[in-house]
Amino acid sequence: MATFKEFRNDVKPNWCPGCGDFSVQAAMQRAAANVGLEPENLAVVSGIGCSGRISGYIKSYGFHGIHGRSLPIAQGVKMANRELTVIASGGDGDGFAIGMGHTIHAIRRNIDITYIVMDNQIYGLTKGQTSPRSAVGFKTKSTPEGSIEQAVSPMELALSAGATFVAQSFSTDLKDLTAIIEAGINHKGFSFINVFSPCVTYNKINTYDWFKQNLTKLNTIDGYDSSNKEQAMQTLMKHDSLVTGIIYQDSSRPSYQELVPGYAEKALNKSDLTLDQAHFDKLVAEFM
Amino acid sequence: MINQLSWKVGGQQGEGIESTGEIFCIALNRLGYYLYGYRHFSSRIKGGHTNNKIRVSTTETRAISDDLDILVAFDQETIDVNYKELHVGGIIIADAKFKPVCPEDTKAELYIVPFTEIAAELGTSLMKNMVAIGATCAVLGMEISVFNDVVDEIFGRKGEEIVKKNMDAITAGYKAMEVLLGEKLGAMELEKADGQKRLFMIGNDAIALGAVAGGCRFMAAYPITPASEIMEYLIKKLPQLGGTVIQTEDEIAAATMAIGANYGGVRAITASAGPGLSLKMEAIGLAGITETPIVIVDTQRGGPSTGLPTKQEQSDLMAMIYGTHGEIPKIVMAPSTVEEAFYDTAEAFNLAEEYQCPVIILSDLQLSLGKQTVQPLDYSKVEIRRGKLVDFEIEEPENKSYFKRYKVTEDGVSPRVVPGMKNGIHHVTGVEHDETGRPSETAVNRKAQMDKRMRKLNNLANTFHTPVYKNTPHEEADLLILGFNSTRGTIDEAIGRLETDGVKVNHAQIRLIHPFPTDEVLSLVQSAKKVVVIENNATGQLANIIKMNVGHVNKIKSILKYDGNPFLPHEIHTQCKEMFEYGNV
Repeated sequence: MATFKEFRNDVKPNWCPGCGDFSVQAAMQRAAANVGLEPENLAVVSGIGCSGRISGYIKSYGFHGIHGRSLPIAQGVKMANRELTVIASGGDGDGFAIGMGHTIHAIRRNIDITYIVMDNQIYGLTKGQTSPRSAVGFKTKSTPEGSIEQAVSPMELALSAGATFVAQSFSTDLKDLTAIIEAGINHKGFSFINVFSPCVTYNKINTYDWFKQNLTKLNTIDGYDSSNKEQAMQTLMKHDSLVTGIIYQDSSRPSYQELVPGYAEKALNKSDLTLDQAHFDKLVAEFM
Repeated sequence: MINQLSWKVGGQQGEGIESTGEIFCIALNRLGYYLYGYRHFSSRIKGGHTNNKIRVSTTETRAISDDLDILVAFDQETIDVNYKELHVGGIIIADAKFKPVCPEDTKAELYIVPFTEIAAELGTSLMKNMVAIGATCAVLGMEISVFNDVVDEIFGRKGEEIVKKNMDAITAGYKAMEVLLGEKLGAMELEKADGQKRLFMIGNDAIALGAVAGGCRFMAAYPITPASEIMEYLIKKLPQLGGTVIQTEDEIAAATMAIGANYGGVRAITASAGPGLSLKMEAIGLAGITETPIVIVDTQRGGPSTGLPTKQEQSDLMAMIYGTHGEIPKIVMAPSTVEEAFYDTAEAFNLAEEYQCPVIILSDLQLSLGKQTVQPLDYSKVEIRRGKLVDFEIEEPENKSYFKRYKVTEDGVSPRVVPGMKNGIHHVTGVEHDETGRPSETAVNRKAQMDKRMRKLNNLANTFHTPVYKNTPHEEADLLILGFNSTRGTIDEAIGRLETDGVKVNHAQIRLIHPFPTDEVLSLVQSAKKVVVIENNATGQLANIIKMNVGHVNKIKSILKYDGNPFLPHEIHTQCKEMFEYGNV
């Protein structure tokens, strides 16, 4: 069985010192080892942005695609080979701006992959513009007078879109984050994990200290039941979504793969590409 | 006795015009006649004039006819819109229900049959279509029993009684028309057909069947006219083979999901029309730089923007060759018949894997939707070739380094592994990268990787099975006519008339649009006195591509049509005569 070190490669990330993404990377590597994966059985698909580079920093199969499209690529990979573990990842711009459509539909579809968003509430790689996660009043290069648009609430959106696994974490909580990613990988269906991963260069508001002061761990809330959707929604609203832990999980709903009629039980990429002549003749006869 | 017939049925969309044509055609196809259909329809579910024009012939035909012998009308608009196509001796059969009137200059004779009333008396007015088929039978002097099997197949699951009622409706239509026709019964009797078994299908059926035969097991697509039939077919058939179709949230997801599936090792396709292709462009670039195989179908329709969504056009050519920013290797194929659409689609999956690049199958609305007689398809001609896909155990790389997925090779194609393979780990990125897939911006690496990718297709025009369809009987031709996609049959027919006029004409349809088969086309251009390119667009895109590749800029002329309708044979014939002053022979 592979150790987390075997998920490391020798590429030095181009993230700024202190970036939250380093911890997310470490948590993904540990989680992969903890659930018993071999590097060749993991595919990490990522979008564009600082965090999108993560697929190149983990020793596994990795696909660094185009901006906002990590989810459809990842779903395609999983459909091609259901035996692979597939993790899609990217930033809040990738997942909640240009790729928001895919996020909602991937949640609805419930293909068995894990989606990890590194949420820093800013566009970092393009050097500091507003993000759909930026708070009203947040000043950036593209909102010099402060953002006047409402920030999206991905956790609430996910619940309303019919998510079966919704979790949130904070990059410095390496142990909790690792456990959540493991739970996400083990969940049979689409698992959505939003990680607060501070940008130390461009976001001077939502800093490590800010999160430490404002986040509430769900396991400190008495009687919190992650299988209760109503409670999950109420808790998110009450805490302005600033909670960490598994917010909601529905283990009863089958994943997409289990529901597709006729879908190969083994990896589809190993199926025969040829047809019996009789099968072909039958197909052709329908046009006579 | 006649050896060909042009028949049209028209009415309001949603009235069963489609199924009337369908039943008529299937029966005639089984008798061995060649059929070629053209659908005139609008972008709405119900209402609006629609018609189905069908050519019936005892010999192979792939063109809409210039005129019309029989028009079956379910509303006045059908007469008003179409009567001018009818010649002297032509017949209009109209439903008494709408009190049909013919304009003064109508050349054809009007026969009024109470389609709806007869059908209603037999049980339901829905069967008015069957009454119309019966009436047509009387004009053709055809036994109505030829419809027995088709009616049984279509209505059999609804019970024997429904089958009988529908046959009764056909009989009643025949009898009513028989009385009206008097001695003109069987006025348009068709010569007996050869009785050979052939297929009756649209180009989209052939593309979808070609995908199944070519090993495609996954499709990601978004509905759009005129491409949706491809996904609708595959969602029915792929589950029998373990595969499936996902209807995605948008065209971008369709293209990128198909890329993901191909990267995952499954042969995957996406299909769309112009607007969808515009949205897929960034993904096509991704497939190009990551060297991921993908097959994409573009069923061209009237553009730009929403344009003419249900009309014929061939204006995506440049976009398909040059679309996506930056430069990538890409293959663009353009089948010119339904048969070719089948074989080319199957082959597209081989080329995509052999060259590890996007392959676009270009179709057009008339090829994709024109239902027609198709020669039997031969599965034994379909090959599966997977190029440099690694199917053996990979040795552990030195120093635990990454697999050289983008190794610089002489032919530009590198060994390809799919996720899950031990010791095959590499990185894939749309960022310029080195041999292992790691991002690299160095000038030396950039040039090496660009050169590697771009040389992959250097020799394709020489190895591709049929880059150009040729019907070139003349060593020295007066005229060379060039086209692509569905214009083939219409050009054929126009050439027949030009030859009768005494003009020696060679014909070529470009089947490999990119990379362009320069040598082959150049020699055709050189061996003709005049050259004209026929295409359904306003700017002469194919003509420009030919000029760019073979020169002869002043020699190559264009005949263009971009009003939404396919060419008719007489249009090409007349315009060639005028353009080249062949005189009024």
